[in-house]
Amino acid sequence: MAAQKQDLLAGSVKDAAVGALVAFGLFAMLIGMKTDVSIGGLSIEYRWGAVAIAVAVVFVGRLALNLFVWKSEKPVTAVLGGFVPSQEAASRFGHLITPALFVLAVVLPFLLMYFLGSRGSRQYLDLAILVTTYVMLGWGLNIVVGLAGLLDLGYVAFYAVGAYSYALLAQYFGFSFWLCLPLAGILAAFWGVILGFPVLRLRGDYLAIVTLAFGEIIRVVLLNWYEFTGGPNGLSGIPRPSFFGLEFERGEGGFAHFFGLDFNSIHRIIFLYYLILVMALATNFVTMRLRKLPVGRAWEALREDEIACRSLGINTTNTKLTAFALGAMFGGFAGSFFATRQGFISPESFTFIESAVILAIVVLGGLGSQVGVVIAAVVMIGGFEFFRQFEEYRMLVFGLLMVVIMVWKPRGLISTRAPSIALDRKKAKGISADLVQEGHG
Amino acid sequence: MDYFIQQLINGVTLGSIYGLIAIGYTMVYGIIGMINFAHGDIFMVGAFIALIVIIALGITAATPLLLLILALCLVLVIAMALTAVWGWTVERIAYRPLRGSFRLAPLITAIGASIALQNFVQISQGARTKPLQPLLGGNIKLWETVGPEGSFVVQISYMQILIIVATLLLMAGFTFLITKTPLGRAQRACEQDRKMAALLGINVDRTISLTFVMGAALAAVAGLMFLLYYGVIDFYIGFLAGVKAFTAAVLGGIGSLPGAMLGGLLIGLIETFWSGYFSLEYKDVAAFSILAIVLIFMPEGLLGKPEVEKV
Repeated sequence: MAAQKQDLLAGSVKDAAVGALVAFGLFAMLIGMKTDVSIGGLSIEYRWGAVAIAVAVVFVGRLALNLFVWKSEKPVTAVLGGFVPSQEAASRFGHLITPALFVLAVVLPFLLMYFLGSRGSRQYLDLAILVTTYVMLGWGLNIVVGLAGLLDLGYVAFYAVGAYSYALLAQYFGFSFWLCLPLAGILAAFWGVILGFPVLRLRGDYLAIVTLAFGEIIRVVLLNWYEFTGGPNGLSGIPRPSFFGLEFERGEGGFAHFFGLDFNSIHRIIFLYYLILVMALATNFVTMRLRKLPVGRAWEALREDEIACRSLGINTTNTKLTAFALGAMFGGFAGSFFATRQGFISPESFTFIESAVILAIVVLGGLGSQVGVVIAAVVMIGGFEFFRQFEEYRMLVFGLLMVVIMVWKPRGLISTRAPSIALDRKKAKGISADLVQEGHG
Repeated sequence: MDYFIQQLINGVTLGSIYGLIAIGYTMVYGIIGMINFAHGDIFMVGAFIALIVIIALGITAATPLLLLILALCLVLVIAMALTAVWGWTVERIAYRPLRGSFRLAPLITAIGASIALQNFVQISQGARTKPLQPLLGGNIKLWETVGPEGSFVVQISYMQILIIVATLLLMAGFTFLITKTPLGRAQRACEQDRKMAALLGINVDRTISLTFVMGAALAAVAGLMFLLYYGVIDFYIGFLAGVKAFTAAVLGGIGSLPGAMLGGLLIGLIETFWSGYFSLEYKDVAAFSILAIVLIFMPEGLLGKPEVEKV
């Protein structure tokens, strides 16, 4: 027993030492020698202390993981796992979490106003709007990725189409937000069909790369077409939405005056929050209903097995196109909301990173799970804002998290999802992760 | 005509760089069927390591030529070795645990790894672009034509000669490695059938790791060339170069090594001619469009084998 422990310790130390050596190889140059632009060319600033810390962290981390998790007879994770509710308890709990989140989302502005006042709650409302926008984008992308199983890395293109449609229509024709919202959705869906049509023959990662290429093409065009889109300067002065014709302005005919309230700029923020909340919930509602229609069933069948689908006489082209178009349409809606909220858009808001963030929300939340998207959006976007003071480390941590969560739970955080159809309603509580068979992608 | 030849020379140089990166994509795709999305960033890391070594060794244009070439060889070896460690680590951490998982999982960790690498370099080395004084100046005048609008000189710089020659040497060595050595044999076996290869006593995990190591080493060479040729690098160069090199791999037929080189040359030429004759702003659009067009109309590429879909 003692000898065994000795072996374990020796083995772990050896393993950790190898890890530390690799870490030294990785970090010696990139951390230890920082190149600086100085007079007469580049110079190097040596930072061996930082390298030593990084290597020590790797050594200790690997040693700890070896001793307590990987090689231990009673891994810490198993002990911790005992505290996590079991699959069944979680699914029972899962029935409660959705209405709870819904109620919280509806009363959130009033809670904030009650506790923090209008001044204090503003930043939290802004954050809530941002999170809800991402929830909506996540749900829109979920149609394409989660239901139809088509990996789309260029989703942000449709977001951009929606935003630019509204901004340009408002600028050139003076259309109002409420007129532009459906138009932006239609235009985005149109682009979804145009871009979707040629790539439908592709599968899996090829499709992913082509959609990435399309997303970049749209961004580069927006960036270089100065006369029309304003190029890198973007478009500013995008009109704000009105509440059924009532502007959020001080004085006669404004929202506050009409309802006999004191004017407060927070009204518009609250209105925007409810606007995006309703839009997001509409996305969710439509998706959930569509899932029960033949087209939704076809999406899911397509995700599981494309060849079987074709053999059964499903028109795969149309099925994929509807998924692409619907996903794009919701992206377009969210885009025009984004434009009206910001009042200013430029191609910089629509980079590949944005697509990656939305995709990460969908995938890490659990492909095809609507609640998972909400939780992932709250955690990731909320976490982003929460760690604002560590601005420069945010994307690094984000990238690492994507890797770690994926390795730890390849099916996403919420890996159970409601069955599409069940013979016995009582048994149909949720499909566990092992039973969810993923298609080709 | 002279302008055309000049662009041809520039295009071949650029194409050599893309080709070297494309090999990394094509090998990994051939062996485990995934797009190593972080490969472009491995190339970027390679360029940074090369830059650091060059500065640390104090190499400047004033170094005597023979010493300069020796020193650059040393830079190359160090950059290849350290970048290979990065390639190995990314595979070990982000891809190996997901082998056998569903097909999208490694692609998502690859995107995560790519974002992490970019931001790691941004934090550790600073976000500003790093300019490097040209180390090897001078060029050979091939010929000169005097026309009504003045004279036009067709020239090839020493740097371009160096890049093209080094690429040819590396390609020769690499082809030898793949076709004649036991490692290459193991790699080709894994490519055809991983399970069977494992049954026949090939260490599949090790072979895959070595594939990543080789890909990363070649990306480091490309990184050094990029650094010497353009003279400026920043943490973001990996994304565009990666997409273009991937396009090259697809164009040549993914999984095929000569295809990757051919595709790299073609992409380099297309990009150079596009920016020479049409517009500079839309040169990236050209590369992206080619990617889409090739994938849609001939997904097997120029030299690849068509993929048969089976139940």
